Amino acid sequence: MIAHALKLTVRKSRELFLTRLSYRTQRYLFIYITLGIPLLYFLSTRLLPILYAFNVSVREWDLLSPSKPYVGLANFKALFTDEIFLKSIANTFKFVVIGVPGQLIVGLFVALLLHNIKRLRGLFRTVYFIPYVTSIVAVSWVFRWILMRNGWLNEMLLNLGLEPQLFLQSPRQALILITLTMIWQSTGFQMLIFMTGLEAIPRMYYEAAAIDGASAWRKFRHITLPLLNPVIVFSAVIGVISYLQSFGQVLSMTNGGPLNATTTMVLHIYNLAFQQFKMGSAAAATVILFVVILVLTLLQLKVLNKKVEY
Amino acid sequence: MKKKSSVSIVTGSLIIALALAGCGSNNQANSTEQNKATEKPTDKATDKETDKKVTIEYWQYEFPAKVELINELIKEFQTLHPNITVKQTNFPYDQYNQKVATLVPAGKGPDVINLYYGWLPKYVSSGYLQPLPEDHFPTAEIESNFYPLVSAAKINGSYYAIPTAVRTLALFYNKDLLSKANITELPTTWEQLVDVSKKLTETDAKGQFVTEGFAWEPGAQLHHWYRDGLLHQAGGQDLSDDRRKILWAETPAGLEAFQYLIDFAVKHKVGINGFYENDSNAFMTGHAAINIDGSFRLGSIKKDFPDLNYGVAPLPSYKTKSAPSSFWANAIPKNVEGDKLKAASEFLEFLTSKEVQEKWVEQIGELPAQKAVATQDKYVNDEKLGPFISQLDDSRAHFFIDETQEKTLFVDATNEVLLNKVPVEKAFQDLVAKTQKLYDDYWAAADKK
Amino acid sequence: MSTQSVYKTQKNAKSPAERLRTLVIYLLLTLGVGIMLFPFLWMVATSFKLPQDVYNLRLIPETITFDNYAAIFKKAPFAQWIKNTLIISLIATSTVLIFDTAAGYVLAKFSFVGKQLIFLLIISTLMVPTEMLIIPWYLIANELGWSDTYWGVLFPGIITAFGIFLMRQFMDSIPSDLLDAARIDGLNEWRILLHIAIPLVKPAIITLIILTFIGNWNQFIWPLIVLQTEEKFTLPVGIVYFSSELKDTSNWILIMAGTTISIAPLIVIFLIFQKQIIRGITLSGMK
Repeated sequence: MIAHALKLTVRKSRELFLTRLSYRTQRYLFIYITLGIPLLYFLSTRLLPILYAFNVSVREWDLLSPSKPYVGLANFKALFTDEIFLKSIANTFKFVVIGVPGQLIVGLFVALLLHNIKRLRGLFRTVYFIPYVTSIVAVSWVFRWILMRNGWLNEMLLNLGLEPQLFLQSPRQALILITLTMIWQSTGFQMLIFMTGLEAIPRMYYEAAAIDGASAWRKFRHITLPLLNPVIVFSAVIGVISYLQSFGQVLSMTNGGPLNATTTMVLHIYNLAFQQFKMGSAAAATVILFVVILVLTLLQLKVLNKKVEY
Repeated sequence: MKKKSSVSIVTGSLIIALALAGCGSNNQANSTEQNKATEKPTDKATDKETDKKVTIEYWQYEFPAKVELINELIKEFQTLHPNITVKQTNFPYDQYNQKVATLVPAGKGPDVINLYYGWLPKYVSSGYLQPLPEDHFPTAEIESNFYPLVSAAKINGSYYAIPTAVRTLALFYNKDLLSKANITELPTTWEQLVDVSKKLTETDAKGQFVTEGFAWEPGAQLHHWYRDGLLHQAGGQDLSDDRRKILWAETPAGLEAFQYLIDFAVKHKVGINGFYENDSNAFMTGHAAINIDGSFRLGSIKKDFPDLNYGVAPLPSYKTKSAPSSFWANAIPKNVEGDKLKAASEFLEFLTSKEVQEKWVEQIGELPAQKAVATQDKYVNDEKLGPFISQLDDSRAHFFIDETQEKTLFVDATNEVLLNKVPVEKAFQDLVAKTQKLYDDYWAAADKK
Repeated sequence: MSTQSVYKTQKNAKSPAERLRTLVIYLLLTLGVGIMLFPFLWMVATSFKLPQDVYNLRLIPETITFDNYAAIFKKAPFAQWIKNTLIISLIATSTVLIFDTAAGYVLAKFSFVGKQLIFLLIISTLMVPTEMLIIPWYLIANELGWSDTYWGVLFPGIITAFGIFLMRQFMDSIPSDLLDAARIDGLNEWRILLHIAIPLVKPAIITLIILTFIGNWNQFIWPLIVLQTEEKFTLPVGIVYFSSELKDTSNWILIMAGTTISIAPLIVIFLIFQKQIIRGITLSGMK
């Protein structure tokens, strides 16, 4: 009985408290909770770890060894004399330079094709999007299987009377093939983004151009492309960041080989940290990668955004 | 969920802040202390029931046959030592080192750990292992009972690990393909191996391999064959006695052996890397007539390709005999002490006993590490095991500072010749220089400590 | 090029040149379908083959066998991996849903000092690549004993900046009058969010759920590093180990059965929810 009465009074006082809690206070409490948690979260899982990475990068930090002496910039110096690291930077740029325009062109091409048809558009869209939702690792193994020395593609080439290729075993072809796999996987996403962009272009522009007797190419060059620019900038920025971080495909398809022709910065970081246990060097490499991404993104936003104006 | 995660986040960020301020070594000490604290109560609780119950952890890599056998052996060991419980944990081979390195500082470390001999220097120089207890494993006894190749586990004058079994490499040959090519004599010299391989090679009208005469895979066993076989057979040497200098280029033997190895693919064209995925695959599926592989392959052929009609022969020789060998060895981490150390030593002694060595060779195909066990008639006269065992006396297991990187450099050198048409001499010189640099860096860091 | 659609609406009769053009477009698109689907077909086909047919080029094998699927469940803890992946994806999706929706709502519909700054701060974390954080995360997880646990995989992704951004964009379109009316009726802020705001952006929420789920299902580098023992693996991590170990024994058939199992659930989910997914991406891309 007493407990019950107590419960009642507690409840009553709570209600009273809530009504007394002014609307303003309640509102601020709501804001504090809903934004406070994410802010605290990002602080502890993003900002602090970055500072931590900077700290690790100036130490000789062997995963197996308990002492972690401060070594200044030695890790950075060592990285710039490390042939494989330098090669990984070059390779990473190749991934970006082939991958980003490739992805944009293929995506735009498919989007334009789809934009020009009525029937089956939904079906095509769905099919093209499928690779995007599948796991990078699983897909990489499928491609590896198709591209191996005695795989499907080589057998096909032989049947057609052509020379079989080394594909992933060739230092020249491997990087391009991995990039193509990445483009294959992202075509659906890119196409969708461009289709949205295309649909947002008012038809009257084209109608006006048609009256002026403009050719299809001119219309594409002077209407479609400029009006799609924001979408292109968005896609390019996202694309550059994701190609700079190429890892899953490389690890599963070539593990960086042959002759380090496909080693990317992230794979090298992974190897330094988790194969050689050099956490310090690996952290230094991530700092460099971070700076590269930052500079490139800012640069892109500047350069690509300018184009919009003319 | 919400509550839990936010609490963890707060503690997480606090600890990160602490880590930033305190850095490294302090935290290490803290975490091991914490582990001790959490371990103690359980120890005490069991103390009351019976006297000195101990649980030890055994870690090895994921290799189904070995995992099964160890489980069986643990049962046997526990009936012999009712107060000791052994728990086995396995990790995938590819990332064994990373997983071990992660879990150990987290206090989830093993009491007995199975390591590839080529990894030992890295573990020892990081201060991760303790020398085997002298009372259970006297150095003199190890050196008189075990094959000398085990001395690869002797670092700075003490043994840090001890194997149950060792492996050597030998020639695997496909009997059907040999009789199809009318080959009755097995190759015993370098020259004969080339001749036989040429005869066994079959290509189709388009010039593609149908059958490789000799499976050629630098990423598999050829690196070992070069360093512990060909190099010595040609009269060369691998490393200086202080393990600091690569001696491959000191005599013409190094280049001669390298050239010999490369010629299989480039000049004689009897095999190529990546044919049916890799050498052992090509051999097991009947697409390669001869392959150089380890005794550990006997088990997997028996299991996955029971119909393969094959034989085993010792490796061909040149000026002298020499066969590559290697082993996985068991070691005890530094932080194992007291009762656990005693139990770990008992378990290790059990794992290196004659009975276990015999079970090991029968179920896994790896050879007994002790001479007296290996040279029993039942093994020496075995059609498949015999050739492996006969080579043990001339076998070597070279010192590694980093198995993965050294192998990668070797594979890269063969690829330079194969894919980039770099002259063999140049590729060889680069290989020596790069490998030497790896050693220089390792020793420079080791000397600092 | 894009005038095509305009023309079509203007006149029904097509010139031969136009017909040819349409035909070419369909041919190209069908070729594309082949390129998009062939790897999956070849994967599935291989997974039903007998070991001796593995290098046979036929797409539909002479003898179809289901043994490979039975075999991989025996050889590797696939069921456990599926369970782990599912648990991790579901938990991450729920936390993202809760935190991102609330934060997105407040950033869209409330005005207070520092709002822009907070939004900018959150968005700027998108610029930090995961790879940059992996080493500190890993060291922190080790220190805190989070390695090799579900929580270890989860902690970097329980709230996402992308989700907050997405929700803010969508919540923006909710009329403020509606919310004010609810406030006058005496509903507290939590109820308004739950009963008024969320139902209004249901499609966006479904998009967020599915994208987060797919993202977590497929995430690779972080689980690869933080998970150590086989029983804890997620599917992508499991596939890497399983495949690396099997390729040495010519078991491409089993590898393909494994990849099929890891890919199939997502394709099914995608096909069921494709409208929402595509609409969600389309809408978020437009803003």
